[in-house]
Amino acid sequence: MSTFWKDNLPKLGQMSAAIAIFLSVLAVIFFIAGRANGKKQRPIAIVVFLGPALILLLFGLLGPAIRTFLLSFKGSASKHWVGFNNYQWLFTDPSMRIVLRNTVFWILLTPIVTTGLGLLLAILLDRMRRESVAKSLIFMPMAISFVGASIVWEFVYKYANPNQPQVGLMSSIARHLGFEPPNWLLTQPLNTFLLMVIFVWSQTGFAMVILSAAIKAVPADIMEASALDGAHGWRLFRGITFPMVRSTFIVVLATMVVATLKLFDIVRASTGGNFGTSVLANEMYSETFIRYDAGRGAAMAIVLFLLVIPVLVYNIINLRRERTIA
Amino acid sequence: MSLLTRNKAPKIAEHNAGRKLFGSRAATIIVWIIAIVWTIPTLGLFATSFRPKIEISETGWWNLFLHPHFTFANYSAIFSTSTVSGIPNGIMPYVINSFVITIPAVIFPITIATMAAYCLAWVKFRGSDLVFYGIFAMQIVPIQVALVPLLNLFTGGVHIGSVTVVPALHIAGKFLGIWVPHTMFALPLAIYLLHNFISSLPRDLMEAANVDGASHFTVFRRIVLPLSVPAIAAFTIFQFLWVWNDLLVALTFTGGTEGIDPLNNKLAGLAGTWGSHWELLTSSAFITILVPLIVFFSLQRYFVRGLLSGSVK
Repeated sequence: MSTFWKDNLPKLGQMSAAIAIFLSVLAVIFFIAGRANGKKQRPIAIVVFLGPALILLLFGLLGPAIRTFLLSFKGSASKHWVGFNNYQWLFTDPSMRIVLRNTVFWILLTPIVTTGLGLLLAILLDRMRRESVAKSLIFMPMAISFVGASIVWEFVYKYANPNQPQVGLMSSIARHLGFEPPNWLLTQPLNTFLLMVIFVWSQTGFAMVILSAAIKAVPADIMEASALDGAHGWRLFRGITFPMVRSTFIVVLATMVVATLKLFDIVRASTGGNFGTSVLANEMYSETFIRYDAGRGAAMAIVLFLLVIPVLVYNIINLRRERTIA
Repeated sequence: MSLLTRNKAPKIAEHNAGRKLFGSRAATIIVWIIAIVWTIPTLGLFATSFRPKIEISETGWWNLFLHPHFTFANYSAIFSTSTVSGIPNGIMPYVINSFVITIPAVIFPITIATMAAYCLAWVKFRGSDLVFYGIFAMQIVPIQVALVPLLNLFTGGVHIGSVTVVPALHIAGKFLGIWVPHTMFALPLAIYLLHNFISSLPRDLMEAANVDGASHFTVFRRIVLPLSVPAIAAFTIFQFLWVWNDLLVALTFTGGTEGIDPLNNKLAGLAGTWGSHWELLTSSAFITILVPLIVFFSLQRYFVRGLLSGSVK
């Protein structure tokens, strides 16, 4: 035990020291900058408050993004300019076709299924008396890492040869129903949909919690008035509830689209992108870090970025409208 | 990305949304069915971690409930300091690494983001809106594009031509080398969420403080920080889950340094090397899951409030 602490106490010390240094540097800067007065106060405040964030963003995200844009027009070793070759390869190569097809499947299916299921649950929860335990259980997968999730789902999708006992849940159910289970994660295109199930499982809780809060915020008098007018059930939902939560619904949907596009861990941890399950974000990693073709990897990153731009523009327009109301 | 329409939340929402769409009993039954289906996969992992090694490969995990036969051997194996599990000292050092990585990687970005959010919301200047939208837009930069340039920055610095802009920082393979990228990647979302919240604080309060001659630093410390606790707590959950569960950033920046690997990475590696040792893998996976679950459940009451109150007035 003593060697254990000899190894690990310094780490904890390093952590505490880092936090203490960080906070005391801030305190000193605040103290000095706070003493400035008159005309200088505002510019100094702006630099102190905003400076650290801007420097970190410049080196951490903006710089790398610009560099990636440039690299996407260069060859694998980033030495020569190759024009649009990388993009041409991306849209014409047969193996990339499958990757693009999968990415399109993911974008079309998972956000709408996740958000729709979240909305259904939010409506049902609203109808329940006590909701907390069920709600927490559905939300729980969000706290589980995708590495953990891939191990969790291994016990659902596990497959064994016909003469061996099936310890996977789905295989066992299939056998009880009287048919021999397929090797789930190797069967195309079924496997892509099985991976989508993991995403839906993990993210539905988030959609549910946000939409549930939105439904609770619909003013009670509107509901009462339309109920008096004879609106019930489906008509009440279509005429009143959904329009009132529509903006929230679309924002959650957009968040899911972005999450789907960046999706990396589920595919990486469960199939590694093999057996026809790869998606753009995963292929980008393989291209850059495994096949060392920086140009192609960069081109994929840029395509991803372009795909997200409509969502981004929509969000910014929305944001501007709200800020002018506020 | 405002999450709610700007409606006053009523205290009593009697005739709510789907009230007439489903009966109360039917709703309860459907929700519970979904909740149970949602829990079964995790339950399978939990059950497997308490089963003896031989049984795991022979029968399904549900047999634990049909023929109860519990064992804690798997857990004592992964925590054992003698090399029962094949890793010296068991998984405990990796648990500590995860905490050492995660705690500063939550504190640093939240502090820096709160400062920036306050500045963008209340110390407006020409172009501050443009800066805000720019930061918002950076949310969609895939972090994969930033990994190699950052790694180069840490090991070789930044040069334009022969001019050294930033010298080599030599922090790759150290804890600092993981804290910094996590801080960078967290900022866009953190600034956006906190800005939503902070900009909705009452204007009168800020103006009164300014009239009293309080500096921006005093206002920030005395008014903004205490009032922003719900939003800070909500983001703490997000960031804690994100850093604890992260694979990509740690994989890139630990640079294979054995002493600083977090638990989640070790788990991903063990999934390869332990292969058929499901008893060790499931118990380690459960420990990995447990910590974020505790954090999540202890802070969850802030989650919705902190995320939404920026847009619900």
